[in-house]
Amino acid sequence: MWREAAPPLIFVVLLLAAWEAGALWGGLDPLIMPAPSEIGEQLVLGFSSGVYPLHLGVTLAQSLAGFVIAVAMGVGIGALISISPLVERTLNPFLIAFEAMPKIALAPLVIVWFGYGMGSKIVLAAVIAFFPVLVSTILGLRACDPGRLDVMHALGASRGQVFRMVRLPGALPFIFSGVNVAVVFVLLGSIVGEFVGAKAGLGTLILYANENLETARTFSILAMLAALGLLLHFGVAALRQRLLFWAEPRRGTPGH
Amino acid sequence: MATPLIAVRDLTKIYPTARGEQVQALSRVNLDIRPGEFVSLVGPSGCGKTTVLRILAGLIRDYAGSVSLRGQAMRGPSKDVGVVFQDANLMPWRSAEANVMLPVEVLGLDRKAMRPRAKELLAMVGLEGFERKLPNELSGGMRQRVAIARALIHDPALLLMDEPFGALDAMTRDTMNVELGRIAARSNKTVFLITHSIAEAVFLSDRVLVMSSRPGRIVEDIRIELPRPRDLDIIASPIFSSTVVRIRRLLDGEDATALPSIAH
Ligand SMILES: Nc1ncnc2c1ncn2[C@@H]1O[C@H](COP(=O)(O)OP(=O)(O)O)[C@@H](O)[C@H]1O
Ligand SMILES: [Mg+2]
Repeated sequence: MWREAAPPLIFVVLLLAAWEAGALWGGLDPLIMPAPSEIGEQLVLGFSSGVYPLHLGVTLAQSLAGFVIAVAMGVGIGALISISPLVERTLNPFLIAFEAMPKIALAPLVIVWFGYGMGSKIVLAAVIAFFPVLVSTILGLRACDPGRLDVMHALGASRGQVFRMVRLPGALPFIFSGVNVAVVFVLLGSIVGEFVGAKAGLGTLILYANENLETARTFSILAMLAALGLLLHFGVAALRQRLLFWAEPRRGTPGH
Repeated sequence: MATPLIAVRDLTKIYPTARGEQVQALSRVNLDIRPGEFVSLVGPSGCGKTTVLRILAGLIRDYAGSVSLRGQAMRGPSKDVGVVFQDANLMPWRSAEANVMLPVEVLGLDRKAMRPRAKELLAMVGLEGFERKLPNELSGGMRQRVAIARALIHDPALLLMDEPFGALDAMTRDTMNVELGRIAARSNKTVFLITHSIAEAVFLSDRVLVMSSRPGRIVEDIRIELPRPRDLDIIASPIFSSTVVRIRRLLDGEDATALPSIAH
């Protein structure tokens, strides 16, 4: 644990020290590159006043809700498409056209439809994060090992049993590669939505701080966003560990 | 004579290929397997052995000719058949025991009642203490033994095996052969074994069926007159070697490509 964490930690400390020194003696313009100590001060201020937790909570809640919807819809629709050729043929052209489109461009419309509250950000986050999950689910369900299917078919298994006992668990490694992308995209969707129009959230805070040329404050919010991204990433990694314990290569395989 | 467990009449199979051509895999195959018999099928690579097994397992349904199980025309997979494929085909997310329990779940049998049986079967194939291991913690030979236990859990009358030990080294293979002979005798199963190894076929079987190169036909049905129970010493007996040589000649006549030697 310590062996793994040490190099990046030491690197960060050195970087911050150099940065601080540059601000103190190197003449860095605080409007462009405020000192880390100032950024830290803003963080303490923001948290003690209760402003940061509030907005952080809004962005986190939007992202989590968008994530859950994106994964549920992505896996659900992916499953439908892989089960039914008719559904696949019907949806395919729309999905391709929609996937090719930059979903961020939908932000203004989504705000008009769903308002300035959290709803519109959740929708935007879900829409952006949905596609990687969908695509990886379809790929994973298609990649099913034919030998495992033979085992099930030789037992006369129903389609439902084959799906539940073989296809879906076998697709999980693929699905997780989509989920890893999705967890990044929901944060992106949240923030873009907040930029376009919102009452609360870290995105609104950034806009506000930027307009007032409070660069240290902007940096402090970016730091929170980075932390949030890391948190979500580790959440997904923990989930992966639980569900995909069998997919990791093991050491100490015995002989015959 | 008892009614055959399996009766195959004039079985012919033609595969359509992607390019619209046709590959005839089997041509008028006839065979009977009586209850309790151990029958092996040997033949050159690509002659249609796996095709026969897949038809018997109910995995291929479009064929010409007739296949019956206990006098009933076969319609798809049967609960009374257990299959061991060339690869173990275990579910990597299930422990060894959970893999053995898979047929119990698929067939809707009583899980609680069957769990002790799963443990017994794992012990019988020499995997006591490995119940909770995942497939990627087991060696190839161990995985194949889990697959054998899985094929036996629902107590099928007929066990179909497609080159189950093909990927194993010679030593492990010998051990597995002795074990398989013992399992078949003890559980009184009817076994249909496809193998590349003539020695394996002769060692285990009551009868060895020899297949021609594609399109496959049964060209010879050889009764193995070796006493049972058999152990590895039997390999040194004159009947064993003369039978192996006889089958080998038949196969050489069928196919000039080198067959694996009697690496036992
Ligand atoms: N699904 C398939 N489609 C087309 N041809 C096939 C298919 N399966 C097997 N064959 C062909 O049928 C022949 C017999 O195959 P197989 O039964 O697997 O032989 P064996 O098990 O004796 O090696 C081979 O020539 C093979 O290429
Ligand atoms: Mg084969």
